Formats: sequence, structure tokens, C-alpha cells
Amino acid sequence: MARFVMEFERPLAELEDKLASLKSLDITSTPELAAELADLEREVERLRVTLYSALSPWEKVQVSRHPDRPKTDDYVAGLFDQVVELRGDRVFADDQSIFAGLATLDGRRVVVIGHNKGHSTKENVARNFGSPHPEGFRKAERAMKLAARFSLPVVTFLDTAGASPGLEDEERGQAWAIASCLETLSALPVPVVVVGIGEGGSGGALAIGFGDRLIMLENSYYSVISPEMCAIILHKDAARAPESAAALSLTADDLLRLGIADEIVPEPLGGAHREPDMVIAEVGLRVAAALDALAGEDPHALVERRYEWLRSIGVFSEAG
Amino acid sequence: MSINDWFKQREGRRYTVSAPGCPEGKPGDGLPDGVWRSCPQCKRTLYQGDVARCLSVCPHCGHHFELIARDRIDAIIDPESFEEIDATLTSTDPLRFSAGKPYGATLEKARETTCMTDAAITGRASIGGHPVVVGAMDFRFVGASMGSVVGERIARAFDLARDERRGVVLLVASGGARMQEGILSLMQMAKTSAAAGRLAQAGLPYVSVLVNPTYGGVTASFAVLADVIFAEPGAMVGFAGPRLVEQTIRRSLPKGFQSATSLVEHGMIDDVVPRIELHDRVATVLDYLMPDAAVRGGDL
Repeated sequence: MARFVMEFERPLAELEDKLASLKSLDITSTPELAAELADLEREVERLRVTLYSALSPWEKVQVSRHPDRPKTDDYVAGLFDQVVELRGDRVFADDQSIFAGLATLDGRRVVVIGHNKGHSTKENVARNFGSPHPEGFRKAERAMKLAARFSLPVVTFLDTAGASPGLEDEERGQAWAIASCLETLSALPVPVVVVGIGEGGSGGALAIGFGDRLIMLENSYYSVISPEMCAIILHKDAARAPESAAALSLTADDLLRLGIADEIVPEPLGGAHREPDMVIAEVGLRVAAALDALAGEDPHALVERRYEWLRSIGVFSEAG
Repeated sequence: MSINDWFKQREGRRYTVSAPGCPEGKPGDGLPDGVWRSCPQCKRTLYQGDVARCLSVCPHCGHHFELIARDRIDAIIDPESFEEIDATLTSTDPLRFSAGKPYGATLEKARETTCMTDAAITGRASIGGHPVVVGAMDFRFVGASMGSVVGERIARAFDLARDERRGVVLLVASGGARMQEGILSLMQMAKTSAAAGRLAQAGLPYVSVLVNPTYGGVTASFAVLADVIFAEPGAMVGFAGPRLVEQTIRRSLPKGFQSATSLVEHGMIDDVVPRIELHDRVATVLDYLMPDAAVRGGDL
């Protein structure tokens, strides 16, 4: 299968392809070609470093959406044992765009909730491309309440373009389902560790997207609106998304600067999909550390501190 | 009974409906110039004085015109009971948002045309004698979108109500979270929802009235976390806007989609309440739900 090439990495991809085809030739008898090959290899490496080490916000958004990027179920499979999946909202359906389950992270029992994009078209269709329906949020809320009742910390993984904007989603109360998650999460008497692994699209991300610690992957984003939709509203032109992406302050660095994110997990050059196992393992260490730091904290104090933190978010002036 | 008689019957009631006016004498009511206006629903030409007397509802067909936030508050509270709080909060363009029109200029223009500091006003008031914190949003101010200031005012409204044992009544309209404040706006959804949750835990009632239009991050946060939710006739309420939904499903939307009436049918809100009845309906709800209601039981 041909690999997926993001728009901004096309020049590099072309060189890499050329290099690969040259390498496939038998050059043992032509030393001058070998030298040329070595030159090309250096050139490719140089380009790779310059291209990937200073990604623009819009390029990061593209990396966050890369189809080969590790998904919530890759983290679940890679990090957790004894997984018991929780399915269904007990009202209407099981929305597969949200994963929920009981799981054990290196001896720590937790409830895992995450937006779950698919790896294939078939999986993506079944999971609505990671955009939850109201029943997905209701399943998430059910899992949160279970965590609260049995004093299990919650670990969430964010990876959604946003809540599903369909007709039935509206009729079944998309806004109501999200709002209810927000209220429940804000007062959950257990530690909540949030990991931004890919897309953090608007209210659909926020519904499971805040807590006591926010860890973001270097190329994940978290935004009030998608750059494309923002560009459509401002310029009636989705092609101006790069400008919007820069203006929205949506990168992990921006969120760290604004005091919303707590830490950033660096990604290998090119993105998490280049070395998924390494990234997943690193996320596991960070989550474990965050859980350990929060463990044993008085539930009341935890909720109070979370509320104080939420209340402190916002920038305004107040004249005396 | 014709709707005209129905309004006449209520004429005895005293409503304070006056534009707050601007210090500089600029028009504060946002209404079109001139004394005559036409009703978009029944197409009749109406004398603005008649419309204003009916709380900006068409006396012929009952069409609810947009109302500025301050007038919405006056129409629902006990006469002259409003005392504004947090009036001096102002947005500061924290992200120096530069795509499209600079946010600073957008704010400046909105302040000039509305004479408000942001899209929501809040304050202490009484409704049916019950102490409440009341708030209203104004669509003319950047589409009544929620940024840091709106989020802070709403959260403070809930916090103050908890401190002073008041109910909360919010008249909500909004285009959603304010994109010019980026992630800070998104987080206001969590902040206001958390504050609403705390009021509920304190055993105090919260009534929201959704007016046209209420969408996006505001619908998906504090607006629908109320104990009792009403909507004005003709209000359109949803998460995703109708155009986006239409593009998503690639067919035309059913009639009445996201209308106040359809929200009642789908079990999302309690009732559609005409503006003129709002004060009494909300007062009755508070009679039941305010913690001191048992003591005042004789009044019911």
C-alpha cells in the first residue's frame, strides 16, 4: 500500500522515493554512483530535519490527522492489561467512536475513555471517523460515573475532529449530551489525566478533555473550532485554513503557554506515526507519573482544585 | 380570543421596557430607525410604539422580534429590581487574534453599536419576589459568542447565587464559543458548566430561557444544564448550525428542525413560552424550587 504523504512533505517524499529507487539498483560496480547516493542520502536527511523540526501550526494539524498516527485503541492495546470494554449508553446504542473500559496500567487500575478513530475505511465508517454521537458522550459519562463510584482514576485520550453534526445527533440532544459530560467531569471525585494524542476538535473533545493534568503530544492540537471552519467563517474560503490555524493558538506549545496544557510529549521527526511504539511507551510513562502524583489526594481537595483551576481560565481586564 | 385581545387583557400589567441608552446618546436599542417597521412573519406594517408595548412581539401574529439584553431582563424580572454586577469586565484580545478583521476592532465596533462591554449582562434581581441572579445575552455583540468575559460573568453569576442563596435565571442566545479567543473560549464551556453544577449541588434552582438563536458551545454547556428549560416561540436551538447539518447529511432538513416546538417534541426542553408569559412562568417555577418556598408556601 502506498504511504500517505501530507501536502507539505511532498518535496521530501519525492526525494525519498528517488533515493529508494536508486538504492534498489546494483551499484557495487559503479563507485561514482555510490558517492552520488551518499550525497543524496545526506541531502534527504538535511531536508527531513529542516522540514520537520519547525512545523507551522497548520502542518501540525495535518500531522495530528495522519491516518497512520496511533489511535486510542493502539494506546489501550500497547499500555493496558486486563481490559474490560464498557459498551453502550444504556439508552440507545453503542457508539464506537468512543472507547470506554476498565484497564490496568502497569498495576494501576483505571477507567479509560477515548475518541477512537479507525485504522481502515471500514473501521472509520463504523466509528464515524472518531466523531461521537450523543450516545458516545453518554457512554463516556456512564464510564466517568462508574469511575467515581469505585474510586478509579480516569485516563482519557483525545482524538476527534469534533462531535458529529448530523440530523439525528441534533434530534437526540448532542448539546445536552456534551454539557452533561462537562458538568460530570468537572466534579468527578477521582484523578483525571487527559492525553491529547491527535485532534482536539471543539466541544466534542472537551466533553472528555479536561481534568487534573493535560498531557499533549507535540503535534496534537486542541481548538475551539477547526481551522477550515474558522477560515470559512472569516473569509468564506477553507483554503485559508493555514492562517486560521496560526491565529487560533491551537498547538501543544500554545496550550502550554496559555496554562491549559501541563506537559508536552516530544514526537519523533516527522510525527508519532514514524515510531508509534516509542511514542506509546513514552505516553505510558507520562500517564503513570501523573497518576502517581495525583494518587492518594483527598477527593474533595481534588475537585476543589479542579474547580479553582477552571474558574481561573480566561483573560480579561476588570477596572476598579 | 385573538392575540390582540390577549395582549390587551394583559395591558394592565406593568412592564419596564426601556432601552438603557448610551451615555453618549447613541441609540442603544438596536432597532431600525423610524417609527414604522414591518413584521417578517405576517408582513404587516407595525407602529414601533405598539411593538415595544408588547415586549417587541408582533401584536398581530405573535412573532417575537429580537430584543436587546437589557430589555430581556426588564421583561422577566420584578419591576426595577435589577442591579448589574461585574459591569467592568472587558475583553483584552489575549491571543492578538489577527486572521480576518482584528479582534480588537471587532470588539470596539460591538461596544460602540451596543453600548455593552460584552455579549452578556448579569445582575441581582427578583422574580415573583424570589431573589435571583439574572443574566441575558445580546446577539448584536459579536453574535452573543462566549469568550472569557461572557464565561466569567456567567460563572460569577452562579457563584454569587450560591453565596447569597439565590436562584439563577438566564436568557440565553448565542452563536457559540468565540473563536477569536481560541482555546480560552472553549474552556469557558467547562468553566460555566462546572459553576452550574455547583449551584445544583447547593440545592438552588436554575432556569434557562433559550431565545433565537442559541447554538454551539453555549448550547453544549451552561444553557441546557438548567433544572427547567424554556424557549421563546420561534427560537432556533442546536449544537451544529442547520447549514452544517444539511451539508453533513446531504439532503434537505425536515420542516421545523431545531425549532423550539421540535425541541419540546424531542424531549429536550420543557415548554415554549411566549415572552409576555415568561415572568409569571419563571416565578411559578421558583415558587416550587426556591429553598425558602416551603416557608413562603402561603403565597403559592
